[in-house]
Amino acid sequence: MCLGVPGFVVEVHGNIALVDFFGAYRHVRLELVDQPVSPGDYILNHVGYAIRRIPEEDIEGTLAMYRQLLRDADDDLMAADVRGELKATAERRDV
Amino acid sequence: MPVAALNRHVAMKHGAGGRSMRRLIEEVFLHGAGPVAAAMDDGAAIPFGGGWLIVTTDSHVIHPIVFPGGDIGRLAVAGTVNDLAMMGATEPLGLTCGVILEEGFPLEELVRVQESMTSACEEAGTTIVAGDTKVMPRGEVDGIVINTTGIGVTHRVIRDSGLRPGDVLIVTGTLGDHGMAVMAARHKLEFRDELRSDVAPLNGLIRRALAAGGPWIHAMKDPTRGGLASVLHEMAGRSKVGIVLDELSVPVLPQVRAAAELLGIDPLFIANEGKAVIAVDPTAAAAVLAAVRSHPYGRDAVIVGKCAEESPGSVVVDTGFGRRFLSEPDGELLPRIC
Amino acid sequence: MSDAALRELKFRDRGKADGLSAVLARTVAEIGRAPVSVMHVCGSHEQAIARFGLRSGFPRDLHVIMGPGCPVCITDQPEVDEAVALARQGVRIATYGDMLRVPGTSASLADAQAEGARVDVVYGIDQAIATARTSSDPLVFFATGFETTAVTTAAAVLAGVPPNFFVLSAHKYIPPVMEIVCEMPGSRIEGFIAAGHAATITGWGLFEAFVARHGVPVVIAGFEPLDILAALVRLAELIRDGRQTVENMFPRCVTREGNLVAQRQLWQVFAPVGGRWRGIAHVPNGNLRLRDAWAHLDARRQFAIDLARLWDEAPSALSQQCVCGEIMSGLKTPSDCPLFGVECLPDTPVGACMVSTEGTCRIWREYGEQSCLSPR
Repeated sequence: MCLGVPGFVVEVHGNIALVDFFGAYRHVRLELVDQPVSPGDYILNHVGYAIRRIPEEDIEGTLAMYRQLLRDADDDLMAADVRGELKATAERRDV
Repeated sequence: MPVAALNRHVAMKHGAGGRSMRRLIEEVFLHGAGPVAAAMDDGAAIPFGGGWLIVTTDSHVIHPIVFPGGDIGRLAVAGTVNDLAMMGATEPLGLTCGVILEEGFPLEELVRVQESMTSACEEAGTTIVAGDTKVMPRGEVDGIVINTTGIGVTHRVIRDSGLRPGDVLIVTGTLGDHGMAVMAARHKLEFRDELRSDVAPLNGLIRRALAAGGPWIHAMKDPTRGGLASVLHEMAGRSKVGIVLDELSVPVLPQVRAAAELLGIDPLFIANEGKAVIAVDPTAAAAVLAAVRSHPYGRDAVIVGKCAEESPGSVVVDTGFGRRFLSEPDGELLPRIC
Repeated sequence: MSDAALRELKFRDRGKADGLSAVLARTVAEIGRAPVSVMHVCGSHEQAIARFGLRSGFPRDLHVIMGPGCPVCITDQPEVDEAVALARQGVRIATYGDMLRVPGTSASLADAQAEGARVDVVYGIDQAIATARTSSDPLVFFATGFETTAVTTAAAVLAGVPPNFFVLSAHKYIPPVMEIVCEMPGSRIEGFIAAGHAATITGWGLFEAFVARHGVPVVIAGFEPLDILAALVRLAELIRDGRQTVENMFPRCVTREGNLVAQRQLWQVFAPVGGRWRGIAHVPNGNLRLRDAWAHLDARRQFAIDLARLWDEAPSALSQQCVCGEIMSGLKTPSDCPLFGVECLPDTPVGACMVSTEGTCRIWREYGEQSCLSPR
């Protein structure tokens, strides 16, 4: 079963969206999403239905969550490396 | 457990290149076959005139017969030329071509296939020296079946059983191109970037690799049906070494990866028809890699793993997040189409 | 955001994974007990863990066990029998690919198909409906899956289906089975990782009552390797600190209330009833059945399903050695089963756990998972 794959909304026609899954296009039904979906949104697809619109701001929230977990390990050299990586990732995103 | 106990009829999985096919061969076809066949390498190595005569045969039943990047004709020639090359015979003496046609097969398509075969032979520097033609009534064979047999010579046979601990594994380019292109064509799936088969004769590329690496090249195989996973298992098993594969370094085109994810198939299991896996002593690895990359079919060559003494016969994947064993492919790749 | 950037930032970062693994090891050590057992209830979680080789990086004292999270595996024999019986009675069946070879009491849909029954494999209910529209013959959709999939059946039913389309519901609802697992004798589960996609629908709020009743923390997790590692770190922290609470580590998809639009549709079409889950026995409110308003498309009410013939055929001797039930309850692993990898293989499955792509045994087999692979 096609479980919970995120995709990028290209077009919306009524209750059907054309979604780009990393280069593969599929039609996905929108009857189950609890927010309006527009081209440019990301949705979570499950067996041909979108079950969630993934807000971009929540992705940053997830990254922040990881940072919080790693922050506790102040004297851990590996975590220090990882913090550096996170910083670099954030900088790359801003480009 | 004997095959007879589990299956009384041949099933599709017996032709898929994985464990079931291997068992069918071992339990049925090798009965009464000599030691040459029992080696079950890419080709047969027969001692001849101070060197070795390499003989290999292949039947092609692919559908659709034309796909982006090639057709059954190019596939038939390249497949056989490559099997010879993997054994070290990079200058084929000639190929035979037996064709079985279904009544009603369009002549125009047959001409196209034949032209493909000719141009593939030219590219490989060889010719078709003998052939056979049969026609079967409509419905009794599916379109066209081509069998090719190739003959070559070599002074040194490069066998699957030659890997040694410490050897480095090179793949000559991106994986999964052919299998994914054919599957997409068969299921009429469309992707933003076209999937193209990589089907190509590799004897020129292998010749360059051998020139650079010589005896330091310990084994070579082309990952056709069953993909890289299949050849790694065969090499590890026959050479009795462990193999560790660095999954993050395995080159896969973005559109192939996307298609594979969509269909729920692992790129490591998908067929390739224009790639080789080369096991080489670390001292010659850089030279061989450079030689392969100098060839148009080897531009994306990369080191993807190495051989170890531990866990002989097993293949371990380093995923980048942890390690797991690589399972042996079995049965047809059935897409989980989403 | 381009999808390349999404992929890159999306949680497949080795450096972050190493950091999280180190924190996990330290936190588990701080718990001061060994082993610490936690359970997840989702086939997709097990697939991610096996595919990325995450177990090789878990601390040795942490056991991450897969519970009854494979919707195909826990579909009980009598439910499969209903579909097989209908197929043999000449009714066309459509179902998800994984259900084709799940053994009923004596036969699977694949067996029925080999005998000439019409069984179509679909990837979604829409495809089944489209097939139904191509002829006037009745078509029964054998609907399996947890709530994440059940909502799509509900949405399709509410949108309208042709008069020859029927639903045989074997849908399941996960939250009740977590209770059962906690109450099982021999269960030493100290915390749960909840399935992120199911929680997208149900929300995380409903786990609060569960946590209060059983005193074990629950963490909602996503499916990327970093999601899983981060969730395990948080769960280990909660266990260490004795905190009985629900935490959402999948905020990009899961909210407290969940997807109310989807929930409304789900409960409009389905009602929860008690029923057997394969290998687990009775789960109160664990099965989803069509409400009376939908009786006209309920296959159980519109067809006389003849099960007697199936129960004349005895189950095979091998199936009596199968321990899928204990594997699904998390009491055993595939390696504990004498049939695993020998008689029981993906091509010749004995139990449901080997049939389904989300079954523990099948996943272990596919990704070469073994409990003894040493960490790097």
